[in-house]
Amino acid sequence: MKTAKINVKDGDLLATLREFFRSILQLDDISAILVPQHLPMKNVVMPTLVTDPEQLNGANPLAPVFPMNAGKIVSRLTRKPTGGKVAVVLRPCEIRAFIELVKLKQGRIEEVVLVGIDCLGAYKNVDYAQMIEKEETEFTSRFYRNVLSGKEMAEQGFDLNPACKACEHPIPSGADILIGLFGVDTNKNLLVQARTPKGEDLYRNLDLSNAEEPPERAAVVEALIAERTAYRDKMFAETTEVTNSVEKLNIYLANCINCYNCRVACPVCYCKECVFVTDVFNHEPIQYLRWANRKGVIKMPTDTVFYHITRLAHMSTACVGCGQCSNACPNNIPVMELFRTVSFRTQKAFEYEPGRSVEDDPPLSVFREDELSDVVGIG
Amino acid sequence: MADFEPTIIAFVCNWCTYTAADLAGTSRLGYPANVRLIRVMCTGMVDPKYVIKAFLEGADAVLVSGCHPGDCHYINGNYKARRRIKLLKEILPQFGFGDERLRLTWIGASDGIQFAETIRDMVTQIKSLGPNEAKGTMVI
Repeated sequence: MKTAKINVKDGDLLATLREFFRSILQLDDISAILVPQHLPMKNVVMPTLVTDPEQLNGANPLAPVFPMNAGKIVSRLTRKPTGGKVAVVLRPCEIRAFIELVKLKQGRIEEVVLVGIDCLGAYKNVDYAQMIEKEETEFTSRFYRNVLSGKEMAEQGFDLNPACKACEHPIPSGADILIGLFGVDTNKNLLVQARTPKGEDLYRNLDLSNAEEPPERAAVVEALIAERTAYRDKMFAETTEVTNSVEKLNIYLANCINCYNCRVACPVCYCKECVFVTDVFNHEPIQYLRWANRKGVIKMPTDTVFYHITRLAHMSTACVGCGQCSNACPNNIPVMELFRTVSFRTQKAFEYEPGRSVEDDPPLSVFREDELSDVVGIG
Repeated sequence: MADFEPTIIAFVCNWCTYTAADLAGTSRLGYPANVRLIRVMCTGMVDPKYVIKAFLEGADAVLVSGCHPGDCHYINGNYKARRRIKLLKEILPQFGFGDERLRLTWIGASDGIQFAETIRDMVTQIKSLGPNEAKGTMVI
């Protein structure tokens, strides 16, 4: 693993990062860079695909918002060979989602260089839209200064996304190139680390001077993860308490309208056509009457709880906990809380950590002859 | 609770457990009528959705039963089923569908006696467990 420091001029992290991205884009074998950028036409931050180094002036990977999990975008970019390498600047949960998609044959890792930045977290999309007024860049600067100096992140009555507060992966460990912020004196410099052979290839061409990782970084990261894990475990306990019976689950999901936004926003829900939009669920009108007759009353629309439990069966082992499902819910159902609580169990059952490595097989895609004897039999 | 008659949905594979059920019948072995057999070609085709739907519709228990390891007509369908049942056994109990309500067994084509015993034992277990609470809800 190669480590370097890059100088931060005037404490301006964004300007330093933009300069760094520019130097990556100017490398011969990099044909484009995917980076979140403050759009010139509207006060929002969206992923942009840049080939002109002069077009990076709005690059803002530290803005505390991500309108979608860009892992999905990278899978679209890499579905087939293009003959050139793209550097993609992603959050850790986006990298992990992309790695899951690669294993599900929805993208290729060969032609991307994953550039990951220590993640400071994000606000909910709707909250963020209300928080920023005019100067997006200024808002971002205030945000990262506050986070990195350990200040309370609740602002104007808005707190960080619960998914981010419960995230135990603030460090992009799966990245080829890591940009470190935690435990680094970010007023003076940033940490750059090449973590894979692919990252080292790029690193060599970047004219960086080797340095040591600051000794305090490990402890800072460990403390941050401990704090997040504590929040997460509390969230698990609370969610379990309010969903541990059919009746309670029905209440939890009572205002689900089958819009399937959570599935659309989910980076690892990759089916081209979800079974829930096929004719299987286009019930005969008489079927509804039969159900109603049997029970006296049925809640409409039907198949809401069925949908969520089935989705859990389909993707919970791959859930990276990015929280975009909750972000996308028009009725404020805490979808992420439920899915993470269940996923934690299913992932543990198969000793699987989504997004850790392209080498780990998705648990439902393989089997061993000699395993799971405890699930067989009638006890 | 004394007169509670559970409904058990059983997904049985064509080559082994269905044949065992057939053998139990032709051998005139009695077993409780609480079970509804659904013949599938292989346990490997039992989509987790089928099990989830059965529970949400009010089944008191679900049995998935197929060939012994190594005997699958399609070589490895039962191993895949086993992983899926493991997955469901992690998910469903979190919503109150207890682990005992979902069973996976291997019952070979010649095991008519074992099939009848399995159903008898399951019915006894589920009777003591009580009905699935999903039956009483207005959510489909």
